[in-house]
Amino acid sequence: MFQRNYETVFILTPVLSDVQIKDTVDKFVNLLKELGADVINVENWGLKKMAYAIEKKTTGFYVMVEFKADPTLIRKFEVELRREEKAMRFLTTVLDKHSIVYAERRRKGEFNKKVEAKEEATK
Amino acid sequence: MTLVNEPINRGEIRKKYCRFKKHGIKYIDYKDPNFLLKFVNEQGKILPRRLSGNSAKFQRKVAQAIKKARHLALLPFVTDGLK
Repeated sequence: MFQRNYETVFILTPVLSDVQIKDTVDKFVNLLKELGADVINVENWGLKKMAYAIEKKTTGFYVMVEFKADPTLIRKFEVELRREEKAMRFLTTVLDKHSIVYAERRRKGEFNKKVEAKEEATK
Repeated sequence: MTLVNEPINRGEIRKKYCRFKKHGIKYIDYKDPNFLLKFVNEQGKILPRRLSGNSAKFQRKVAQAIKKARHLALLPFVTDGLK
């Protein structure tokens, strides 16, 4: 089966409790698995301040999912994300050969220094 | 007397270069807003190539990355005093 690498970032509303957030993330990860995707990595960035208000909220809970999947699956996945009221925004990106290398290095934590610096800057 | 104007900036002509080509960066991450801040002005507008010195190829990629970051509210669409 033909597969491509994808990466989806979505923003959940900040009004949810920790359990609700976990449930919602699990729901989408499981959905991907049911649809036949290989989930490579799930990353919770936590509650972040957004650059502008979305739905009158200034913070959002960012989640990133990396997966390998058949291109026809994306449509179904995005429909589910649109239906989900807890998800305020999402963006799915196809990874090309350079970004696959980058994503792998990122996963191994080679950019950890950068990430820490980023967190300090946002504080 | 010569009719040719003398160059104004003597010895100060710095050649522009594309930082991505120079450092061998092949992918520009839209998830890293701090890096993308180098390519926007105070109002959050994307800097033109004549200021950033990027090659056409990487200017396109920078622009795409910034637009993706804006969609995810990692960068503002419009603002004042970003820097």
